[in-house]
Amino acid sequence: MAVYEQTYKQYLGKLTPEWSRFLIIPRHAFRDVFKSKLFTAFFIVCFAPLLVEAILIYLHHNVNALAILKVNVRELIPIDAFFFQTFVNLQASFAFFVTLLIGPPLVARDLRNNALPLYLCRPFSRAEYVLGKMSVLLILLSTITWIPQLLLFCFQAYLEGAGWFVDNLWIASAIFIGSVVWILLLALLSQAVSALVKWRVIASAALLGIFFIPSVFGEVINQLFLTRWGNIISLGALMNNVSAGLFGTFVRTTGHMTDFDGSVGREIVMNEPPLWASWFALGLICMICLALLSRKVKAYEVVK
Amino acid sequence: MAVAEKIYEHAALRNPANFAPVIDLNDLSVRFGRRPILQNLNGELRGRAIGLLGPNGAGKTTLIHTLLGFHPPASGTAHIFGRDIITDAQQIRSLIGYMPERDSFIAKMSAVHFVRLMAELSGLPSEAALERAHEALFYVGLGEARYRSLDTYSLGMKQLAKLAQAIVHGPRLIFLDEPTNGLDPPARARMIRLVREIRDSGKANIVLSSHLLLDVEECCEEILILKDGRLAVYCNLEAERKANRKFLILETRGDQHKFVEAIGALGCEFALTGDTRVKVVLQDGIEVRDLYRIAAQQNIQIRRLSYKRDSLEDIFLKAMENGHGGL
Repeated sequence: MAVYEQTYKQYLGKLTPEWSRFLIIPRHAFRDVFKSKLFTAFFIVCFAPLLVEAILIYLHHNVNALAILKVNVRELIPIDAFFFQTFVNLQASFAFFVTLLIGPPLVARDLRNNALPLYLCRPFSRAEYVLGKMSVLLILLSTITWIPQLLLFCFQAYLEGAGWFVDNLWIASAIFIGSVVWILLLALLSQAVSALVKWRVIASAALLGIFFIPSVFGEVINQLFLTRWGNIISLGALMNNVSAGLFGTFVRTTGHMTDFDGSVGREIVMNEPPLWASWFALGLICMICLALLSRKVKAYEVVK
Repeated sequence: MAVAEKIYEHAALRNPANFAPVIDLNDLSVRFGRRPILQNLNGELRGRAIGLLGPNGAGKTTLIHTLLGFHPPASGTAHIFGRDIITDAQQIRSLIGYMPERDSFIAKMSAVHFVRLMAELSGLPSEAALERAHEALFYVGLGEARYRSLDTYSLGMKQLAKLAQAIVHGPRLIFLDEPTNGLDPPARARMIRLVREIRDSGKANIVLSSHLLLDVEECCEEILILKDGRLAVYCNLEAERKANRKFLILETRGDQHKFVEAIGALGCEFALTGDTRVKVVLQDGIEVRDLYRIAAQQNIQIRRLSYKRDSLEDIFLKAMENGHGGL
């Protein structure tokens, strides 16, 4: 079917391996995403905290630089699990905003334009479609979360020496697992919302609502029933607990309160939900998202 | 793809009778909830261009979707080129192209980008996909508009872009669902010409679903007429044309019953289509003057006589009136 021949011709060349075809979707999506100068600018800003983190690590190990800046090393934040956890959490919030910008239209746009039959009439399964769409977020969010964080961990290990690396290898695994859980949750939630709501603005608002409205309800439950179990419906609180658990900074008892029943005071211990409950809740949310995607991502929806 | 398989494909397209049918329906039924949509479809289709006809809601699109693996059969199965649509769905999809009825696009893309993406999803490497996307768009006549965003395309251009994405990877079987929907006469003629060109190239089989008889008549060799989810008629138009079976329509005055009995005695097929009209298929050796002779003997006046051939419209209308038929 060459341009000059103008006849129908079969394709007889080589085909790409089937396992790699889901990566076609992110490749084409990135071209679209980075067309927006605003998004590109925001994406660059996402690396600013990482630069600060790199500078702090560098300063810790450079006596000359500290002398020039007239800063005592004790005045700097120590490079430990808490240091990395702080920056991982900071990057996680940037990841959330990146998701808010590019996640909602990914599936919604295809549903609105009936594009799913075009994908699924090819040797391309529904699972590959979802994986491809999720990869857009997974790849982008990885570049601002665990990949640079692990590089900075290696930078710190290089400056500190091999012993530090071996002693603190668990921090690297906490960085990796914590970030991957977060970006998986973001990717699944945004895809599920995108599959449910066909309009981008509404899908973005719904995604925002999923993160903030349950947090408000959770806080109301906490205040009304003098408990911390309301956090079980707050995605932010769940992730904080999981992250704290991974970095070894999780404290279950977060406060005490005295409840006065008439004149008799009663001491109440404010306990966060146990870590297993947070993991279970996150797993449940992911399962619900997958079930929704499995229901909505179809070539044609049969109206019964 | 193995060389042997390519040789087999080539030979199959040249002489399909010796090879696995393009589509083989084995008691295929589809239900949406409790509602039966397709019921016990059977048949072997081997034509280069197969027409799916039927009124709106007859199940044409559902049949295509089922063959594409979008809807699971409630019972029975079907085979495409000898491969089962359930167990070999992935393999089948690598052999087919599909042009959906409804507007189906990926937003904010130029035509060439869209067709390239579709080619890549079919397994073509990136460079080959880009090359084929340009070729396909030139082939369907969108060469000059290929860098324009699909959102700015007219309806006719969108139909052509859909055709381009269906053929970009050079499939062996192309499903075209209502390809001329919403097209003006020149655009329709262009679409029909393209479909016929692809058919005549001998490199792909076509399944064309339409409720427009003329489209199907112009493009197809085999016809499946669906009615209420059942197979109403199967007709090999090519065989009909080759047989060149003409019939006569007689308008008579007098006692028709004795007249048709006498015609029947000559071995001719006949049908009474009204109080005064008789359809007669002449057998070899029987001439028109024999009819006049019989009419004179039976004291019947033949007031009008005309030759006719069964058109697709006749076949379709008969199918809609009558019950169900099969292959």
